[in-house]
Order: sequence, then C-alpha cells, then structure tokens
Amino acid sequence: MMEKIRELIDLHAGLPGGASEITDDTDLYRAGMKSFASVQLMLALEEAFDIEFPEEMLNRATFRSASAIGQAVGTLAPDSMAA
Amino acid sequence: MKPLGEVTGASLPERVQAAVDAAAQHAEAVDREGRFPIEGIEALRDGRLLGLAVPAELGGEGAGLADLAPICTALGGACASTAMVFAMHHICLANLIDCGLESPWHRELMHRAATDQLLFASSTTEAGVGGDLRQSICAVEAEGERFNLAKAAPVISYGEETDAIFATARRDPDAPSSDQVLCVLLSDQYELERVSTWDALGMRGTCSHGFRFKASAPTEQILPRPFADIAAESMIAGSHILWSSVWCGIAADAMAKAQAFVIAEARKSPGTPPVSATKLAEAYARYRTIEATIADALGRWAAMRAAPERAATVGFSLAMNALKVSVSTIALQVVEDCLMICGLQGYKNTGPYGLGRHLRDIHSARLMISNDRIMAGAGQMMLIQRSPAARRA
Repeated sequence: MMEKIRELIDLHAGLPGGASEITDDTDLYRAGMKSFASVQLMLALEEAFDIEFPEEMLNRATFRSASAIGQAVGTLAPDSMAA
Repeated sequence: MKPLGEVTGASLPERVQAAVDAAAQHAEAVDREGRFPIEGIEALRDGRLLGLAVPAELGGEGAGLADLAPICTALGGACASTAMVFAMHHICLANLIDCGLESPWHRELMHRAATDQLLFASSTTEAGVGGDLRQSICAVEAEGERFNLAKAAPVISYGEETDAIFATARRDPDAPSSDQVLCVLLSDQYELERVSTWDALGMRGTCSHGFRFKASAPTEQILPRPFADIAAESMIAGSHILWSSVWCGIAADAMAKAQAFVIAEARKSPGTPPVSATKLAEAYARYRTIEATIADALGRWAAMRAAPERAATVGFSLAMNALKVSVSTIALQVVEDCLMICGLQGYKNTGPYGLGRHLRDIHSARLMISNDRIMAGAGQMMLIQRSPAARRA
C-alpha cells in the first residue's frame, strides 16, 4: 500500500523537488503541495483504493504525509494494508 | 501610541457605543480626506476594545469571534474604515493568540496588546504573487538568533499607523513559495518606504498604501505554526466572518436611511402606502439573509473550535467561502436597493439620506480577496466535498 501511495504522491502532489526526496514523514505541504494538488491526490487515492473519504477526514492533517495518508487509507480499506 | 486611559468601568455595550459615536462623527471627514480614522481608533483604545480578545490571564477579556462580530457590525454602520481596521487588527491578534500561547515572547506581546492597547496590521500580499495569500517570494533570512526580511508590499492597510506588522514570508531562502511563516515585527524593527498612495473609491480611511518593507528582528518572533495551517484553520474563516460583519453594518446603516426615507414619505401622504415601502421590504429580505449567513458561520466556527482537533474540513472551508462571496454580493445589492428607495436624496452627498459613502465602501467587499479567486478555489473543493447531497447524486 505504501508503495502505491508514494507513487500517487509522485504523480499528483506537484512537489517542486519531485517525490524522490521525501520520506514517509515528510510534511507534503511544506514540501510544496498546494491545495489543488491535494485535491488531485485525494481523488487519485479514492480511485486507486476504491474508497471514499468521509467529510470528517477531509482536512489538512489527513493528507499531510505519506504515513498519515497510509493511516487514513488503512482505516477505510483494511484489506489494502496487505497489498 | 497614546498613554493609557483609565478603565472606565462601563459595560461592553457602553464602551462599544462610545467608539461607534466617535467613529460616526468623523466618518465623513475620514472619507473625504482619505485619512486614518484616528478618532474612532482612539475611542476603541479608550474603551479598551483593542485587547478584547487577549486571554484574561494576560490582561484581556478573552473575547471570541461571536463577541467581535457584532462590534464590527456596529462600527461598520458608523465608519466602515474604522470597522475594517478593528476587524483586521483582531485577525492579527487571533493569529497571535492561536499560535503564540506557548511562546514567552508572544505571550508578552499579548499582554502588551491588552495593557497598552497596541494596534496590529498585516502584510500578506506581495508584488509578483498575483494576490495569492498562500504564496510568498520574500524569505526569512536567518543570521544566528536574528533574521532579516525584505518585502515588496503593494498594500499594507494602516501600515504607517500600526504598532506591529504580521508579515508572511517563505520559511527560508530555499523553501518553496507555499512554505510560509508569519513573522511578527514591531514598529521599531522595520522601515517602511511608501511606494504608492491609497487614493481609492472607498474604504479610504484604511490608508492601504504600498510599501517597501524591510525588517530585522530576533527569530523567536516568528510564529511557530506554518502559515498554511494558520490560514486554512483559522485566519481565512476569521477574516471572512469579521469582514462580513463589517459589510453587514454598512448595509444596516443604508437600510436605516432607507427606512427613515420611507417613513417620511408615508407621513407626507397619509392613507396612501408609499410605493417605496415594498422595495424596502425586499431590501430587508435580502438583508436578513446576510444576518442569517453570519449567524450560521459563527455557529460552524464555534463547533469547529470546540472539536478536539480543531481541524477545518472541506465542508467548513466551503461554508466560509460561501459566506464571504454571498455577503459581499448581497450587501452591495442591499445598498443599491436603498439607493433606489431614496432616489436622488440618496444620490446626493449632502442631506440625511446620502448613500454615496456606503456604496463606495461596500464596493470593496467583492474585491478584498476577489470573489472570483475564492470561487475558483471553492470549485476545486466541490470535487471532493462529501456532503449527504453529494453522496445521493
């Protein structure tokens, strides 16, 4: 799952330095992810993992880092943890 | 800054009313001369209203947005420039309180804000970023314990009158444009070189001149939270609520004039209901939506702040964007309705029904963070909004 998430971050987060420099705990906003990019990333995550983020999870903290995203996806799609 | 007056022992409504009266008395001169509304601001100081939001243990009264919003409305009906200065000051103060309670330097500044009734201003816009609050070109340049900052600011409202400026900048010279911090700089720590003069259609007393801003200060004065979080989770919502409250006040005062006009008409011809009364009822219906929208936003704000994580969801942000865009649009319609009701008496700059200043001031509302920009951002958020309505579709 984390590999897929990192791939989607690379594709959608629009980081000026690319995703190669980031770790699971890098703050994506500080790394340059803007709000439009975070929307794109979120839509891509929903599609990739066949999930829907509920309203209460649609805040900045959920998408702050690869590990935060992993936690959220794991909550919504427990099966994907193994993937 | 003038020395402190005594705390009068008057009630909050009495203190607010004194400031409203002082602001109203000088509103025309402030507008005509395009000067800072010093009488209104001094009256706010005398009433100890500039430190209202500071926590009680630091010398203030712990006021929240729900307390400040009606004051903005009351002031807005008297002098929109005074009201907007009050609103913008309190946004800065809210940022300080939200992020600085753990930091000794910021706590001391809060204490001074209450005891000395300091006035705060902000410098968020910058030449070259196209009005985008969330991007900076200038950067904090740290040198040991201190930092330097140089910013080309196309607008700093009341920059020459404030005791401190809250300026956004990139965290360091290598940071991306969106990785911003908010630096608090006292007036003896910066130089302002005025590069353009605020000679505008309305809101003329905000003295929003353009400046070259150069500062040097200890790094401990930089607020510890990333500006992206400050903006997303409190500053934008707070600004929209307090600004909307100011615009509500402008519309309310226009309504008062229109109603006085209709009553005078009715007295002139007893037995015949004046045609303008229907128009007044229409204006009132519009005006009510302003009050209701602000009340709804204050409720959402209170719920968000009461939640343990205080995290602004997409739904919350959309509601706050809708507030700003709706109120700025509807308030302008209300003032225009009032102009139609008062006719040429409203069009004249003299006489009891003149609405020229209201019209000019309210025209700023759709432009202060352009509604088009806000709707473009909201359009993106609509893609991911997860309201029950969106689910059903």
